[in-house]
Amino acid sequence: MADIQTIQNEIVEEFSFFEDWMQRYEHMIELGKSLPLIHSEFKTEENIIKGCQSKVWIHAELDQEQLVFTADSDAIITKGIIALLIRVFSHQPPAAIMEADTGFIDKIGLKEHLSPTRANGLLSMIKQMKMYAIAFQTQLN
Amino acid sequence: MKDRVIDIRNDFPILNREVNGNPLVYLDNAATSQTPQAVIDVISDYYSRYNANIHRGVHALSQEATDAYEKARHTLQIHFNAAHAQEVIFTSGTTHSINIIASGYAELLNPDDELLISALEHHSNIVPWQMLCEKTGAQLKVIPMLSDGTLDLEAYSNLLSNRTQLVFVNHVSNALGTVNPLKLIIEKAHEVDAKVLVDGAQAAPHIITDLQALDIDYYVTSAHKLCGPTGVGMLYGKSELLNVLPPYQGGGEMIATVTFEKTTYADLPHKFEAGTPNIAGGIAFGSALDYMNSIGLNAIAAYEQELLTYATEQLKAIEGLRIYGEASEKTAVISFLVGDIHPYDMGSLLDKMGIAVRTGHHCAQPIMDFFQIPGTIRASFSFYNTFEEVDRLVAGVKKAKMMLE
Repeated sequence: MADIQTIQNEIVEEFSFFEDWMQRYEHMIELGKSLPLIHSEFKTEENIIKGCQSKVWIHAELDQEQLVFTADSDAIITKGIIALLIRVFSHQPPAAIMEADTGFIDKIGLKEHLSPTRANGLLSMIKQMKMYAIAFQTQLN
Repeated sequence: MKDRVIDIRNDFPILNREVNGNPLVYLDNAATSQTPQAVIDVISDYYSRYNANIHRGVHALSQEATDAYEKARHTLQIHFNAAHAQEVIFTSGTTHSINIIASGYAELLNPDDELLISALEHHSNIVPWQMLCEKTGAQLKVIPMLSDGTLDLEAYSNLLSNRTQLVFVNHVSNALGTVNPLKLIIEKAHEVDAKVLVDGAQAAPHIITDLQALDIDYYVTSAHKLCGPTGVGMLYGKSELLNVLPPYQGGGEMIATVTFEKTTYADLPHKFEAGTPNIAGGIAFGSALDYMNSIGLNAIAAYEQELLTYATEQLKAIEGLRIYGEASEKTAVISFLVGDIHPYDMGSLLDKMGIAVRTGHHCAQPIMDFFQIPGTIRASFSFYNTFEEVDRLVAGVKKAKMMLE
């Protein structure tokens, strides 16, 4: 598995081929459809990242000292965003996830999803994934 | 009106801006309306020429500011036809106004009392009453809604009793645009001596509201829905009611005399206006009403109804599009969903096309629960919107639908 930075660079390069927002969003929608879906038993009320727009569930488990994420959302663009995050963070050691920056988001033209008004958006998902990383890192220690 | 819209649009500098490379189509007027240059100038003029604290200074600036502020109160009084200027209290907005009343009633209610709330309310007209009921032990009962988005008036009649102290109802639902039959609701409440609080935030920009003719007991609204600034609103109450309502906040401005043994409160309206108010905001609120009246609320309402009819027809022609809230009397608000598309997805793509709509539950979760949906896409129109903008919305929805399905 490539490291987090390498994967981010790949994504930035991939998105650089798109000429306009429509192509970018169409790609995101496609990515949303390929999201590694959370097992239904983890799709609980408690696992919802609370917000006022779309529902997001994220689950993490440890597999040979690497974190594996699955997720779901009721909105397809949100699913696309999680799919990108999972590509970056899944199958990585918790310590690397904890320290990772997420500069690629700005570079691929999805900055608007970083606004705090997009409640339940990118920021809370990243926060949740990092929280999982911290929790599992404590277990590994 | 239709031929005046181009001129009217020139009054609003923000309408000339672009969003994501497209001319802005602003259809989130139910959340906040845009501000005309005349009102922006009033705010700027206040801070440029006569910024001063009001009601106590003897110097010229303070007197000018006080005069302008009180003139605005008078404008509000005339506009809403309150009997007395002191019945008009400046607040920070609708939510603040509601909380003033709720706080006062905490000392007036008994556990036997009942409060009726309409199922169409905004969270701001639900939560303060739930808190009040927790404090006092009074019961909160809900006037149910029907599937077309109107209130079940028969159920309302049955809920009313001599235990009913207060009835809360919005004039217009923010999520659906339903216009509630205020006259009837108020008459029925008064038959059992209950008082009615009307949330006018959504109606005030579209419907002339005559507080005395409707015999409204308490009325609340916000300036920013009426082409005014945010952070300022109005609380109206009949003076005999406000006189006995305990004050909400203690502080300067709201007192007559203060000693460490006993403080006596000032008369209305100051009793409810503790602290330095949003002076520029209050003055601008008056100017915003002047601006809207210069166009004419009747002309505004008639034109917005034309936009509503046209937009409803055009949107309904889109396959799989469902409109929520189809009362015969509606303001220019269309809440809708398309197929299985999540409102957030639709809203995000419309935003990329420069079209501003609201998505989500619109702070009215009970309504969404009623329809068993997560939320809607809401397009809300104002008198400065055009038929071409309706076309852009319709084309945008079609394009987003194509991308998402």
